[in-house]
Amino acid sequence: MKKELKLMKGNEAMAEAAIRAGADAYFGYPITPQSEVLEYLTNFAYQKTGMVILQAESEIAAINMIYGAAGAGKKVMTSSSSPGISLMQEGISYIACAELPCLLVNVVRGGPGLGTIQPSQGDYYQSVKGGGHGDYKMIVLAPSTVQEMVDYVKLGFDLAFKWRNPVMMLTDGALGQMMEKVELFEQLPRETVNGIEKWATIGKTKDRERNVITSLHIQPDKMEEINLHLQAKYKKIEEEEIRFEEFAMEDAEYMITAFGLVARICQKAAMLAREKGFKVGVFRPQTLFPFPYKQIDSYTKQIKGILDVEMNAGQMVEDIRLAVNGKVPVEFHGRMGGVVPSPEEILEKIEEKFVGVPA
Amino acid sequence: MNEKRMIEEEKHYEEVIAEESICINDNLVYEKPDTLLDTPMHYCPGCGHGVAHRLIAEAIDELDIQEDTIGVAPVGCSVFAYNYLNIDMSEAAHGRASAVATGIKRVLPEKYVFSYQGDGDLAAIGTGETLHTCNRGENILIVFINNGIYGMTGGQMAPTTLEGMKSTTTPFGRDVKIMGNPLKITELIAQLPGVYYCTRVAVNNPKNVRRAKKAILNGFQYQKREKGLSFVEIVSNCPSNWKMTPVESNKWMEENMFSFYPLGDLKVPEKEDE
Ligand SMILES: Cc1ncc(C[n+]2csc(CCOP(=O)(O)OP(=O)(O)O)c2C)c(N)n1
Ligand code: SF4
Ligand SMILES: [Mg+2]
Repeated sequence: MKKELKLMKGNEAMAEAAIRAGADAYFGYPITPQSEVLEYLTNFAYQKTGMVILQAESEIAAINMIYGAAGAGKKVMTSSSSPGISLMQEGISYIACAELPCLLVNVVRGGPGLGTIQPSQGDYYQSVKGGGHGDYKMIVLAPSTVQEMVDYVKLGFDLAFKWRNPVMMLTDGALGQMMEKVELFEQLPRETVNGIEKWATIGKTKDRERNVITSLHIQPDKMEEINLHLQAKYKKIEEEEIRFEEFAMEDAEYMITAFGLVARICQKAAMLAREKGFKVGVFRPQTLFPFPYKQIDSYTKQIKGILDVEMNAGQMVEDIRLAVNGKVPVEFHGRMGGVVPSPEEILEKIEEKFVGVPA
Repeated sequence: MNEKRMIEEEKHYEEVIAEESICINDNLVYEKPDTLLDTPMHYCPGCGHGVAHRLIAEAIDELDIQEDTIGVAPVGCSVFAYNYLNIDMSEAAHGRASAVATGIKRVLPEKYVFSYQGDGDLAAIGTGETLHTCNRGENILIVFINNGIYGMTGGQMAPTTLEGMKSTTTPFGRDVKIMGNPLKITELIAQLPGVYYCTRVAVNNPKNVRRAKKAILNGFQYQKREKGLSFVEIVSNCPSNWKMTPVESNKWMEENMFSFYPLGDLKVPEKEDE
């Protein structure tokens, strides 16, 4: 299979990307708005590559199947939407501590509670600040197009194995459901990743010590050592893996910050603003952990203010404020419950917050 | 046991061994299985977990599948099972061992996979995973240690705690009107078509230990046939939390547990499969 152009739904494109990335297994439980992932995979994956697909009895079972299969050194993936991801949190914490590579996808819907099946970004805190118990971090990728949903599957697996860490793709119900043109990368072989015999449970051969996957270290000194090791790893990830995209930032006087789908709407708003003579640019973190604090801070000499736009009550905005540390005003505009902001209302907010405000 | 006494005892045995020279190959009737590591076990004296571990190690040795076996430890007193068995092992979150085992087996179908779980782990917090793993007929072995109590957390009521039995959370004895009846999960599991082999054994005397070992051997051997899941319940004791001596606890188990959890096969392969 060569590179291909296709018109695809986000969820299906992501599923196809998993097959093409040479994933070994997917375990998942249906939930709107991402059930197409499991449906697509059950239709095509095994036939194409022999990839294991299993509908689990719950998200709790699914994440623990992931733990088992990731522990066996395989390329494994699950996807779900907000309530299901909440159920997985204990398992994610175990996976992070045991340093198992895997790709998790949250096609976020509006909450709290059963909420709505419409898109939301309400799970930023859960993904970036923990979610489960203890001091751990996932690498969090935030796509803004169906194309990025495809590309981040491959990138996600690569990062997961590079760092032996869970990677979360934080997308939303709109991206999962919308159809866009995508370029699919060519089929990669399913192959064993180098070096897994050093840690994976694949059967102890005579030439090595047994491998044990665990997150239990009851001696405080040992547990602290594990924590320090994890923190050192996260620090290196912060040094090496920050990704972001800038739009019209060269001469911008005002900066909109947004992630995921919302950033695209903000680009439209920035264009509308420029038509009116306001120099507005957009800064979009593509990795939410590691977060581009320094890169955002570097704009504080150039810009007069920031408007952060999210589909939640204001979550990433806290990190924006940490980044600029009071050097420029940071305003927030958010919609919740599955409501997607329009470019016009964002423009209105820019005018309301910044126009006429002395620099 | 304090350290001084341990050293003294060791010296004593060394002397005895030196004197009688009983450890010559011709006389060897019992030795430590290869698969059992030298790590001193953390179990309380007289606890069934240690014997059960040994039987698993013996079975792995006898079938010569040490390089091909992956075990899953639960959360419970046997959380450190991986410290005692010289095979690749994974620890699982409380109750999820059978899901973890499913994950491993699905991606490594040619390997032997087993989970080892207590009654709280398997029949309370992990009931969903247990039933569905069995119902899917995963080709794994589940070893289920039923000691009628939460050993690790200090003796709270388990789903398997007998009616009237005292625990730290049923200080006046389990009242079934409030707490429901003890759960015979093995009987439930035996009903499921995905289950190929289901049996209940114990490790309270040599005869039962031999039977338990046979059951574990069966469980591993049946994995090869890819016909479904093997489930081996081991009715066990918890001298510490039952607040009994090891001998008393075995007697109590025989007199009280066996009548409610009768030993024997609940499901065996059809004749033509044998
Ligand atoms: C999610 C979660 N809840 C509770 C616990 C606490 N916990 C640890 S072991 C255990 C009960 C273990 O009992 P059992 O499975 O019967 O094993 P035993 O110790 O008796 O062998 C509990 C409640 C935990 N570790 N994780
Ligand atoms: S507490 Fe009970 S189950 Fe745990 S090791 Fe001691 S005797 Fe065994
Ligand atoms: Mg117990």
